[in-house]
Amino acid sequence: MRPALNFRTIVTVVLIAALVLLPLYTGLSGNRFLLTLFTRIVIMALAAVSLNLMLGYGGMMSFGHAAYLGIGGYAVGILAHEGVLNGFVQWPVALAASALFALVIGALSLRTRGVYFIMITLAFAQMTYYTFAGLARYGGDDGLTIYKRSQFVAPIDLSNKTQFYYICLALLFGAIYLVWRLTNSRFGMAIQGARSNDIRMRAIGFPTYRYRLVCFVIAGTLCGLAGALLANQNDFVSPSIMYWTRSGDLIIMVVLGGMATPFGPVIGAVALLVLEEALSGITEYWQIILGPLLLLVVLFARGGIDGLLARADSKVRS
Amino acid sequence: MTLFIEQCLNGLQFGLLLFLLAAGLTLVFGIMDLVNLAHGSLYMIGAYFAATFAAWTGSFVLGAILALLATLLVGMVVEVVVMRRIYGRDHLDHVLATFGLILFFDEAVRLIWGPAGLSLSLPPWLSAPVQILPGVNYSAYRLAVIVVTLAVAGFLYVLVMRTRIGMLIRAGASNREMVGALGVNIKLLYTLVFGLGAALAGLAGLMQAPILTVQIGMGENIVILAFVITVIGGIGSIRGALVAALLVGFIDTLGRAFFPDILRMLLSKEAAATLAPALSSMLIYLLMAVVLVVKPEGLFSAGNK
Amino acid sequence: MSGPAILQVENLAKRFGGIVATDDLSLEIAAGELHAVIGPNGAGKTTLIAQLSGQLTPDSGRIHFSGADITTLPMYRRSRLGLARSFQITSLFLDLSVLDNVALAVQAHAGHSFRFWRDARREPALRDPARAVLVRAGLSERADQPASALSHGEHRQLELAMALASAPRMLLLDEPMAGLGPEESSAMVTMLRALKGKVTILLVEHDMEAVFALADRITVLVYGRVIASGTPDDIRANAAVREAYLGESEGAHV
Repeated sequence: MRPALNFRTIVTVVLIAALVLLPLYTGLSGNRFLLTLFTRIVIMALAAVSLNLMLGYGGMMSFGHAAYLGIGGYAVGILAHEGVLNGFVQWPVALAASALFALVIGALSLRTRGVYFIMITLAFAQMTYYTFAGLARYGGDDGLTIYKRSQFVAPIDLSNKTQFYYICLALLFGAIYLVWRLTNSRFGMAIQGARSNDIRMRAIGFPTYRYRLVCFVIAGTLCGLAGALLANQNDFVSPSIMYWTRSGDLIIMVVLGGMATPFGPVIGAVALLVLEEALSGITEYWQIILGPLLLLVVLFARGGIDGLLARADSKVRS
Repeated sequence: MTLFIEQCLNGLQFGLLLFLLAAGLTLVFGIMDLVNLAHGSLYMIGAYFAATFAAWTGSFVLGAILALLATLLVGMVVEVVVMRRIYGRDHLDHVLATFGLILFFDEAVRLIWGPAGLSLSLPPWLSAPVQILPGVNYSAYRLAVIVVTLAVAGFLYVLVMRTRIGMLIRAGASNREMVGALGVNIKLLYTLVFGLGAALAGLAGLMQAPILTVQIGMGENIVILAFVITVIGGIGSIRGALVAALLVGFIDTLGRAFFPDILRMLLSKEAAATLAPALSSMLIYLLMAVVLVVKPEGLFSAGNK
Repeated sequence: MSGPAILQVENLAKRFGGIVATDDLSLEIAAGELHAVIGPNGAGKTTLIAQLSGQLTPDSGRIHFSGADITTLPMYRRSRLGLARSFQITSLFLDLSVLDNVALAVQAHAGHSFRFWRDARREPALRDPARAVLVRAGLSERADQPASALSHGEHRQLELAMALASAPRMLLLDEPMAGLGPEESSAMVTMLRALKGKVTILLVEHDMEAVFALADRITVLVYGRVIASGTPDDIRANAAVREAYLGESEGAHV
């Protein structure tokens, strides 16, 4: 057991409190931009949590996770475009479509390891990108405007910004709890064993491919949910949300916040997106700072923010 | 028929171009076990250098040569400053670091050359079409690209199969420790190999420059095709890269040219028009999926990994 | 020897390029015996274990385990049938705790692992047998430490503990003594002697003293071929073995 009070716990608690109380602040100050920004952050954090299940706990280095953002988003967008506005239809379809896609892509790419796996997941995600970019009926490259957000029964109203924020936040917390339960279950032990030493796992009697595949599908489905939320938040969906750099962003969030920790991806998502926002306020060319910063993290601060916090903790203890 | 010949030549030209990219990528994977996402940035930089140097010198050929040397230099600098520090780390670190490089290069290019693209115009002797068969004309420039890439492929073959450096490269691709045991200056070898890969990517970029516009992000799309080729061909195999590059070049080019017509025969006009662009861009990924099912290690996987 | 054969290997062959690693190899192991396989470096011992455990597929020949043909069965299915192996190069879950390592081995044989909710670290059905095995392996003090914190000797003990945790009918042990100091070696011999008779063991080992002390029968491999098979006394007396193998190693092992 970890000591109850350490930097990591403090940061996590403060972050949760801040996320829960944010609408109070934005309501009082009238800063609506902040609420919009943080709704996006919460949604991306949900996507990062799903990637963490696969990458952090399962050791599967997917570079195509943003594809599920797109599939979940397009499920909502296309159904809305075709006149199906009911959220009880839209969202299950978004989840099912993501799960099905993950099943096919996972079944193929999990046949390989290492570099191959990275490139294959990347290539399939890019295929999805081009596929949607080629769908002229649904806006092609330019994307698809969603004129009405998903309809649920009263009093749920996604167009209410505060309510939508809290729905996203509740889903995020639900996903974190789900991942936490999963990773401590027998299933979780099996995928962590496979991350640690796949050959040994098979030698002691685990058909690891199946467990990895199920993990891949769960992660994809959860990310599809984030995609459905993102489409509602933007009132718009376009192929750019599944461009490969988006997958890169998700990986950065997971690594920055701390792989295989329940709240790490949330810390990472807040850090990356707030940093982007701050840097882009300083200069138009903010990526020229972000790129080398990322390099520095890889070279000198392995484990990202989580690593720094853990080091700070061990310093305090010693 | 004329159209078909033309598209076949286009496919050949595109395939050979992809080979230049994939060869560098596969060498770096095979020898240094390095996942370099930023390979496409070197392609882009080659194109920007060529457009700039050609404008300065007033000569396309001179500009191209200078651009090639400059990309080689950039590649070696990147190797010394960044890559050398992350060999032996896990692939996740490679992905993050080279992703950081992409952001940096894209933005640096935007800062130096501006957000609007550049164009590189051809000298008159390359821009006129030539008659290749009675009644069939083809772009002289594309023919020149075919000739140059074939020459480079030949050069690579001789380099890898017939020289001492090539022997080390081949040994390194199948067994890294052995090369170290031979008492070779690994650091220098790695810098040279990475520089060579960069120069090949730069060459691909500068040759593509007169055909497409030179713009930010131009490398990112094509480098994914190079990944697909590496997967199909087998990591570390130059021969595999050549075969797979030609396959992908042909299938992609011919698919985009003729697949819509084929689809129109099978489906209603409207359905075909909707689906054709989406489906024809999927063809090469389907090829990759088939290869994965049949031979997960690629068609010509090298060595024992 | 004693009981009926539990493992039968018939005409096994495996080539890597031009190198013949296993050459028309046939072998029978009786239920309950401790059968050692020895041979000079490059004799194909590890390749044999890899084929028996399913990590490699033979080019030709058949392997039967307790009556069933397992030649093409994947690793995990063989493990389910009761064929467990330890690795020559220590192969553990280094980032998990010692207890987690063994508990995973228990879990592998406790039904499927598509159980998503209950905390596996609090399941007595997994933890209790794992703790019991750790006591037998002399590692109970180290249960909660990460496997990476153990010494080399303890890693070998943990290897064996994991193989035992699945309650196997037969153990394939690939050089369990490799790299151990004298004291650690004798502890391992004691452990193996305690196991003898309870579970069939195929032991690949370079430590001749241990092999001749433990084995009921010994098979000698040279260049992937069986050149002799018999009791330790038979093997000591075998001229071909003395020439091909023991003669060569006399200097090294005295």
